[in-house]
Amino acid sequence: MDEIQKTLLEQVAGLHEVPAGAYNIRANGGLDSRNTTANIDIVTKEDQPGIDIIIKPGTKKESVHIPVLLSQSGLQDMVYNDFYIGDDCDVVIVAGCGIHNGGNKLTKHDGIHTFHIGKNAHIKYVEKHYGSGEGTGENVMNPQTIVYIEDGGFMEMETVQIRGIDSTERVTKAKLGANARIVITEKIMTHGRQYAKTEFEVDMDGEGSSTNVISRSVAKDDSSQLFVSKINGNNKCAGHTECDAIIMDRAHISAVPEITANDLEAELIHEAAIGKIAGEQIVKLMTLGLTEDEAEEQIVNGFLK
Amino acid sequence: MLELQNISFSVTEENGGTKDIIKDLSLKIDDKKFVVITGPNGSGKSTLAKLIAGIEQVTAGKIFYNGEDITDKSITERAKLGISFAFQQPVRFKGIKVKDLLKLAAGENFKKGACDYLGEVGLCARDYLNRDIDGSLSGGELKRIEIATIIARNMPLSIFDEPEAGIDLWSFKNLIKVFEKLHREQENSIMIISHQERILNIADEIIVIAAGKIKATGKKEDILPELLEGTSCRFYNED
Repeated sequence: MDEIQKTLLEQVAGLHEVPAGAYNIRANGGLDSRNTTANIDIVTKEDQPGIDIIIKPGTKKESVHIPVLLSQSGLQDMVYNDFYIGDDCDVVIVAGCGIHNGGNKLTKHDGIHTFHIGKNAHIKYVEKHYGSGEGTGENVMNPQTIVYIEDGGFMEMETVQIRGIDSTERVTKAKLGANARIVITEKIMTHGRQYAKTEFEVDMDGEGSSTNVISRSVAKDDSSQLFVSKINGNNKCAGHTECDAIIMDRAHISAVPEITANDLEAELIHEAAIGKIAGEQIVKLMTLGLTEDEAEEQIVNGFLK
Repeated sequence: MLELQNISFSVTEENGGTKDIIKDLSLKIDDKKFVVITGPNGSGKSTLAKLIAGIEQVTAGKIFYNGEDITDKSITERAKLGISFAFQQPVRFKGIKVKDLLKLAAGENFKKGACDYLGEVGLCARDYLNRDIDGSLSGGELKRIEIATIIARNMPLSIFDEPEAGIDLWSFKNLIKVFEKLHREQENSIMIISHQERILNIADEIIVIAAGKIKATGKKEDILPELLEGTSCRFYNED
């Protein structure tokens, strides 16, 4: 792994070196390194690019890291990763993709992650997207996350895209069994002429299922964002979706929450707010000695923290 | 330390006319003084405080701080020179924690005083440092945190704009104690915009403002009795 790839690894997975536990590092379209444990197996798919991650029932306090690093300008990478998580597991999965585009060609990573989460399993899934590079080539990522949660299962998903991705269309779909729960937290910042579209769709099929989809985003410069969140209550269930966005400069933001109740006992709420930074927030921080730019940065960083 | 020389402030009204909020006002505040500015609603008290902090800019006149002309200086520059300003309505932030704000206020001194600042205003640091400064805090809590940021800054001149506004009785009692303590320590100058007798009562000096002008200024002993006489008061009539 070269220095650029190491930097990307740190940005997307918070790792300075190979992690403890199971991991699979994919670099420039091929396998860089892999480690499996007694409870977590990682197998290369034979029919298409990608891996199967199989976690034995009852596995607790283990983690899997599966970062993807692209530092070769012009590479267009596509993977299918399937996660099979056994009943009663409690594990952390860290994915993420970093692109360093030093050239003038479009570099692209499209990943389709499918999660099969067993009964009463608890998964924390963290996904970070990051782009860098002095080249003029675009960095593009179109991740899809498909989640099936069996009865009593729980997934916490954190997705972060703070810098350097010129175009992204992200789709996340979840189907929940009885008493299953998914909480999705999304943080996005776009700048320059970037475009980000995120689409969430949660089907609460099982009795007692619940979801919370929370998005916080900042659009700077000439960037644009579209946030779509669909929640379908097909049983006795509780769903909440919230989009909170700061608009700056000449940016555009659309938020389209859509909630559908197909059951008398479905309780659904959506909230969406878009606005610029309040002037009084900047003034308050200036009275503490910050310049206007520093105040703005502090507010944006806090909002996305 | 602070001198206002013939300052005026006017705003343009919807009908195109101008309205004078502060009219040719001059004022001096010495080092280590505890000054309370009072006056009827709409008299220009809060505007005066904002003009000193740089949140509003004077339309005429000069402001000097320790002999330096700060009339054209920004809020940031005045803050760095040593002026603190506590908002009448504290600002809420999504994602900024009490700890973050106190850190910005205290700078390098943050570590040694983190607990003290909140303790001074009757809040337990353990319960509050990691709270977001957002809608989850009550008006009284926000107000006390606002005052804690001013204590954390520990600047030569601190201006409090109606610290009693919007807080409950319990918070108010504690607030008085905070100001009494600040007064006892007498390390810095404090300027409070207030209507409250108990705050007026701890002032070294009281300045009465009405219709954008100073109506009276003097020692507490001279001004306060007249103010408290209510309707017969020649300076102050809130009706």
